[in-house]
Amino acid sequence: MQGMTVRHIKNHAARAIMLIATLILLTPLCLIFFHLLKMGFSSLSLDFFTQIPKPTGESGGGMANGIFGSSLLILFASLLGLPIGVLGAVYLTEFNGGRFATTIRFSADVLAGVPSIITGMVAYSLLVLPMKGFSALAGAVALSLIMIPIVLRTTEEQLKMVPGTLREASLALGVPLWRTSLKVILVSARKGVITGILLAVARIAGESAPLLFTALGNQFWSRNLTEPIAALPLQIFSFAIAPYEEWHRLAWAGALVLVVTMFTLNLGARLIGRRS
Amino acid sequence: MLQQSSLTMKNVAIAGEEIESQKSRGSNADRIFRIVTASFAGAVLVILLIMVYEMVMQSVPSITKFHWDFLTKSSWDAVQGEFGALPFLYGSVVSSALAILVATPLSVGTALFITEIAPKSVGNITASLIELLAAIPSVIYGLWGVLVMAPWLQKTVQPWLVDHFGSTPFFSGAPYGVSMMAGVLILAIMIVPIITSISREVLLAVPQSQREAAIALGATKWEMIRMAVLPYGRSGVFGGVILGLGRAIGETMAVTMVIGNTPQISLSLLAPAYTMPSVIANEFAEATSNLHSSALMEVGLLLLIVTLIINVFARLLIWKVTKGAKGGGV
Repeated sequence: MQGMTVRHIKNHAARAIMLIATLILLTPLCLIFFHLLKMGFSSLSLDFFTQIPKPTGESGGGMANGIFGSSLLILFASLLGLPIGVLGAVYLTEFNGGRFATTIRFSADVLAGVPSIITGMVAYSLLVLPMKGFSALAGAVALSLIMIPIVLRTTEEQLKMVPGTLREASLALGVPLWRTSLKVILVSARKGVITGILLAVARIAGESAPLLFTALGNQFWSRNLTEPIAALPLQIFSFAIAPYEEWHRLAWAGALVLVVTMFTLNLGARLIGRRS
Repeated sequence: MLQQSSLTMKNVAIAGEEIESQKSRGSNADRIFRIVTASFAGAVLVILLIMVYEMVMQSVPSITKFHWDFLTKSSWDAVQGEFGALPFLYGSVVSSALAILVATPLSVGTALFITEIAPKSVGNITASLIELLAAIPSVIYGLWGVLVMAPWLQKTVQPWLVDHFGSTPFFSGAPYGVSMMAGVLILAIMIVPIITSISREVLLAVPQSQREAAIALGATKWEMIRMAVLPYGRSGVFGGVILGLGRAIGETMAVTMVIGNTPQISLSLLAPAYTMPSVIANEFAEATSNLHSSALMEVGLLLLIVTLIINVFARLLIWKVTKGAKGGGV
């Protein structure tokens, strides 16, 4: 009887410790959300979406150029990265097996684990050095390098889930393989593929390290791909470490906008994924 | 699902009709298709090779000048052209290792809570909350770290530590807020979602019969976890920890914002420090000379090599464990 009690005490203690670990782990999460909402909403105004940053010492201003710059960077990164990711995945599913496919899968996994600041350095030496200047284009390339392995692996997962009978039916009707993969397999898996793409977009939307020495950031408007361009995460970074109360408020507002955008993308991705 | 497949069958039919006119070109087109998609897939390998090549080539001036001194010297002086990366290696290794020490027990405890103890609904909510944590960008952790956590450390936690443990080398010096301690804590918060979600996946892959056998023998819940669940999932959890380590070593923005960015080697957790990604982030855009940017490239190369080794190791471990049960997916 005595042994039973000790064992049960141990059991309850272990359960309590696990519960406490969970609570400790959730505390910073709740604190981050609390501060983000409190500081973000109190600092957010219409100006944030329409104005560019004011010079030091002046109050007001917003991050409109950063929002525009980030959108442009994401657009061009997607134009570069999506075809490689999606069509590469089509190759892996259609011509599966073989050492080449295994090598590609492994490379994609390795590439996905490379710290994002390294992709920035590589984009710097490939584009910024030869072009003799920081540019939005270099930033987009750095972001696309992050995007490619994510899109490749998620798309492949989705394509693999399309039943083989569909492919066989299509081929049996005399449809060539290329048309089968693009118009039957890819189209059937489109919801899952779009989910993967949205998650990849959400991931690069928050990246700032690879943009530090590629897109560089810009206090003003820029539409030119060969010039430095502002990006929302970069502005949050530089405003957060600046010693001005006013800039900290803008950084909180920017952080709130960024997090809401990313959660919307994530939620959208999940909703689309669930329906398929 | 039924609607989905009938829709797809319609696509099959349409594609079939369209193809009638170009039957003769079929095999040629397939060959082109194969070449085009293969080159897109091959691009991934090419990118990886170019990445390594560029990092090595850009590091050559620094490698030839400093040789092994680069890893053992601790002076980092752009004006004198003296570059030794030891403080950054030290900062990266210590901050990541301590972050792992803080994060692992909490993460594994939480993963066990989710999979073994909590009612399904509570477990699911906790799991999705933690996944939310993974979606927050690094710069926002940094923002919170530098504007909320660091001032709190400086005013509340660190003075207390100085008062009570100030005589030990680990808590000596003035409380700055931004410090090795702040870097460790922010890293721990950031890697918790990785370790938790991988541990959870691994624990879910433990066969139910293992648990039932333990319970049938009269084990309590904790004895079941200790004797049946944990031994089975140990190497997978370990893989998750290693993957978290890879993330911590490469983490840039949040750490740069809270660690104080001072190239020194100090045992004190209250002292500011510097990590490999942080020095790149701070100095690369404004590198004053070719040697300076080459030295930073070499720091990047070291970082790349370390993360490659860590990631390959972790992937192999996780793959080994989840292979039988669920076919990977981590």
